Amino acid sequence: MSAKSPRAMSTGLFRRVLRKPLGVVSGVVLILIVGGSLAARWIAPYDPLAQDFSIVKQGPSAAHLLGTDSLGRDILSRLLFGGQESLGGVLVAVVTMLIIAIPLGILAGYVGGLADRIILRVVDVLLSIPGTIITLAVLAIFNNSMFVAMVSVGVLASGAFIRVFRSAALSVRQELYIGAARVAGLGRLRIMAAHVLPQIRGVLLVQVTLFSAATLGIQTGLAFLAFGPPPPAPTWGGMVAEAASLIQSSPWLLVPSGGIIAVTTLALCLLGDALRDANQERFTLAGLERGARPVRAGAGAVLVPDAATVPDADREEALAPNPDALLSVRGLTVGFGAPGRETTAIQRVDFDIRPGEVVGLVGESGSGKTVTALALLGLLAGNGRITGGSIRLAGEELVGMSNAELRTVRGARIAMISQEPMVSLDPSFRVGYQIGEAIRAHERVGRAETQRRTRELLASVRLDPAVADRYPHEISGGMAQRIAIAMALAGRPELLIADEPTTALDVTVQADILDLLRTLQEETGMAIILVSHDWGVVADLCSRAIVMYAGEVVERAAVSEIFAAPRHPYTAALLRSNPHGARPGEPLPTIGGAVPPPHEWPVGCHFAARCPLATEACRQAPIDMAHLPGHRSSRCIRIDALAAELSEVAS
Amino acid sequence: MSAPDTLQVPDILEVEDLAVDHGVGRKRKRAVNGVSFSIPTGSTLGLVGESGSGKTTTGMAILGMLPIASGRVLFEGRDITAIPRGEQRALGARRQVIFQDPYSSLDPTKTIGYTLAEPCRIAARADRMSAAQIAERQAMLLQRVGLSPDAARRYPAQFSGGQRQRIAIARALMLSPRLIVCDEPVSALDLSVQAEVLNLLVELQRDLGLSLLFISHDLSVVRHISHSIVVLRNGAVVEQGPAGRVYDEPADQYTRSLLAAAPVPDPAEQQARRDERHRRRMEDDSR
Amino acid sequence: MVRLIVNRLLLSIVLVVISSIAIFFLMSLVPGDPARSILGAAATPDSIERLRQQLGLDQPLLAQYGSWLLGALRGDLGESVFTGDQVVTLILARVPVTASLILLSTLVIAALGTALGLLSAVRGGVLGKVLDVVSLVGLALPSYWVAILLVALVAVALRIFPATGYFAFADDPGRWLLGLILPVAALSLGGVTIVAKQMRDSAMDVLARDYIRVLRATGVRESSIVLKHVLRNSALPSLTVVGLTVVGSLTGAVFVENVFVLPGLGTLVTQATTSHDLPVVLGVGVFFTLFVIVVNLAIDLLYGVLNPKVRVS
Repeated sequence: MSAKSPRAMSTGLFRRVLRKPLGVVSGVVLILIVGGSLAARWIAPYDPLAQDFSIVKQGPSAAHLLGTDSLGRDILSRLLFGGQESLGGVLVAVVTMLIIAIPLGILAGYVGGLADRIILRVVDVLLSIPGTIITLAVLAIFNNSMFVAMVSVGVLASGAFIRVFRSAALSVRQELYIGAARVAGLGRLRIMAAHVLPQIRGVLLVQVTLFSAATLGIQTGLAFLAFGPPPPAPTWGGMVAEAASLIQSSPWLLVPSGGIIAVTTLALCLLGDALRDANQERFTLAGLERGARPVRAGAGAVLVPDAATVPDADREEALAPNPDALLSVRGLTVGFGAPGRETTAIQRVDFDIRPGEVVGLVGESGSGKTVTALALLGLLAGNGRITGGSIRLAGEELVGMSNAELRTVRGARIAMISQEPMVSLDPSFRVGYQIGEAIRAHERVGRAETQRRTRELLASVRLDPAVADRYPHEISGGMAQRIAIAMALAGRPELLIADEPTTALDVTVQADILDLLRTLQEETGMAIILVSHDWGVVADLCSRAIVMYAGEVVERAAVSEIFAAPRHPYTAALLRSNPHGARPGEPLPTIGGAVPPPHEWPVGCHFAARCPLATEACRQAPIDMAHLPGHRSSRCIRIDALAAELSEVAS
Repeated sequence: MSAPDTLQVPDILEVEDLAVDHGVGRKRKRAVNGVSFSIPTGSTLGLVGESGSGKTTTGMAILGMLPIASGRVLFEGRDITAIPRGEQRALGARRQVIFQDPYSSLDPTKTIGYTLAEPCRIAARADRMSAAQIAERQAMLLQRVGLSPDAARRYPAQFSGGQRQRIAIARALMLSPRLIVCDEPVSALDLSVQAEVLNLLVELQRDLGLSLLFISHDLSVVRHISHSIVVLRNGAVVEQGPAGRVYDEPADQYTRSLLAAAPVPDPAEQQARRDERHRRRMEDDSR
Repeated sequence: MVRLIVNRLLLSIVLVVISSIAIFFLMSLVPGDPARSILGAAATPDSIERLRQQLGLDQPLLAQYGSWLLGALRGDLGESVFTGDQVVTLILARVPVTASLILLSTLVIAALGTALGLLSAVRGGVLGKVLDVVSLVGLALPSYWVAILLVALVAVALRIFPATGYFAFADDPGRWLLGLILPVAALSLGGVTIVAKQMRDSAMDVLARDYIRVLRATGVRESSIVLKHVLRNSALPSLTVVGLTVVGSLTGAVFVENVFVLPGLGTLVTQATTSHDLPVVLGVGVFFTLFVIVVNLAIDLLYGVLNPKVRVS
């Protein structure tokens, strides 16, 4: 995310709706229908009540665009006039609903406490009253007054909308900027007006359109049952009823009468959808970038190598997979977005993992470390896919494997644990069941055997077997991470990918989990890739480290060497900015600038813009990995200058 | 830290035997109990603890966002609970906050300019700043925190986490506060960005004479920025003292285990810490 | 769990009382005289006075309500102003029709909506688009209009099903079902699309969750992930929507029964409204309230079964 966004940010909700074709079309249709009804007196071709028995029940013609009814009245004119009654009724209900629901909803959500509890009780009552009956009772009592009926529809519907506005206000209340405004001393009313209402505006517009659509159905339905203005006054519902009675002789009549209701409702629903989308986009950068699509099942699981990125001859040697390695990754490139126009998230990623080795994959946000980890399992989110390179697991190519083939790898040969242990367990199932599921994913085993192995796995992660009967919300974060580890161990994998496994945990719990991972590694001999931003965690567990920056591997080295003598200016700068070991009172060394987003990656070294040692040569062409003594390598052509600088500082 | 001045300049904040409850009625639970400490004017106090230790609760109580069950909080020598409602607002100007989550702490529907100007609107009419004065101060502070003044016209979504945290700092500074409560202000940031924000806080403190209450779970960060450290556990103070002393020679068992648990970016030292941790655990087990 | 049921039942008594008070309160607002409006313009002052006494309208409002409530507690909801029949008898005679209609459409809505929603979330693509269009059309077309169309097309033009009328289940289950096919189709179209849409949204949401990724990374079969984990977790929000559509189908039933000329509560209350027969309207109101309460209780219980957080606490 960069402040230097090329396009100015527009937050206008309406402008965003106007960018959506469906939003524009439905808006125009609604304006035409509402405008036509309002202007019926001037634009209607005929008097809606004028009868002409010479032209009864005619189809559409030049004189009567939508035909005539059983009394020879012009249908178009009747629709235009009838709209006043139907749409007016909708307006009455909407206004009534808003007058009740907005203040009560915001009061309940934002102020909370006793007011909230009382309002919620009232809402419960409102929701349990059968609205139709009350509306019918009102019609019975008030002599078919549609106005009063629509007011009562508004009152009865307000219960549901109080809930909607309440939850909108409630979610805003928990935002920290409300806290900041309170600390600044702003009063409640002011905060509600300044921060809560604008956030609710989008929700409000969406709800108003959807409620209008529903109310139109009720209003015309009542008129259909003859509870509206008595004939010959034109009403949309009444015209449907007329058409229904003549269905055998002139079915055409059903089309314009039902059609106008359907079109209006459809337009309202579509406008509501467009408003909702526009509102969600409004305050996110994602809204500026088109094409962001929701995640779908299995999407991105099929790995497709891209023939266009065949390596050139120079890199061929470096690209040969290492036959001794458990995992050999070469030239791995991942793109997000539509094929041909994708944004590259990582490029030319090479590394090897030997059997039983613990390797740290280190980097800051935007470095591509998590994308790399997910790509190994073919689990890239959304529209991400592998566009080039190779991933070999014990010599077997994973890129290009089908979902079914990958399933034999996932869990059984490469397993994964992720950052947020609490959300990586399904809240609806007992944890023991979930471990059992992981066991049964790879072996056909009976119930007793599954239970025995579940107990065994729980014991191996140092948990009491009784934990199996608990639900995820009944256990702590540390326990949840142990369960996740147990699930990962169920398939006896050769490689465990641990994506920030301790970031969400307290330090003492973190130390226990790291100890557990170390012990399990020693017991099982599996290799571990530890994805982390925390140098301390890497120093604790790993023997080697791979450093990533802006989608590329910039340095690979043994952990003991990388801390003592980093060979890439980025690694060096990052290590220096750690407050551990810094002298209190002195400013921490900083890097300056920011990690460039993928579309701003330079041709040359990705770090050049922030590097004190950068020269013209760094910026001109892509930098290749330089192989250094002691199985280490660095994507830098200024290694000598860096080494000289470091030894100077040391002396 | 400034011993000769203590007579002239009182501590900006004194917390005496503070207790805070969470929940109401039957679910009421004491979250903070008997916490006492003081912050000398112009210094930084680090409040350290794990989740559930009550460190954020303590901060919120000092800010007046949570009711105090018992004990006293003296801000500039005055008990904040005894200050009449009318003056509470003026207090808001002198006591500000920076939150952890840079994404939720700025209203996404408001421009940065609006967000910065908002605290100025509550000042008493007499000393309320004019629009021109506010704009001038906004531009000055945005520059001061390392952003361009035209940031005022943009929306939060256009800024990165580090930049948002700088904006949050600028907002806190709008009314020239004396004390800023920083609740995990760098925990959500990357290492290199964290260093920049920490440096900015130290610079601002030095230039403006600010006092900081720095709440964090990260001992090395707290050690770097604080003059004194208070360690909390289960809502109570287990140890407090000068930062160097607490960090290098912790007296309390829990502080020691907390320090030993935090991994350090040095394989040799980390190995030593791990062995020390295991040795201590074995001692505990055999006892 | 038991406490939940007890709480709900207590609340339901309160609700019935409140909704009946609401109707009584509305009655007191009547401009003019119900007796006069019942008897029409031709009424003599004498006949109006007699009707007023007969209806108990000469009593104070509170007393009227008290006597009605006492009667209601004994199972006596009064008499129809017009036919003189017991309201309870009138209603009980018509409950099976409306109950059949709503029960069947609820089954259709829950089963079809869930299946379509889940399928479109997992398969996506074309089916998702089709579902979008169908759901919009389903939402946009008023149920009574769909009902008329169905009568016109299937029953009158094609002569496949009986167009209108009702056969008791006990008499002839086959004809009972056949006769209900069209009304149920008309009544459930909107609900199916709403539930399918909700199901799709929540299934998409669940599919993006970490635990689904973890299950995939563990090598669990996709079919098992979808049918167990996605279905179970997206069922919760969909359940709420099913509850709302069932309650909403009461309104739909009133319209659909009228189109198909089914002798249910909907047609009863429409006739009563047209003829200002308040005791009948009030009686049906009480029945509908009870129905809503039962539905809500059932939804709460199901929610408890599906959501371990509710179950344990």
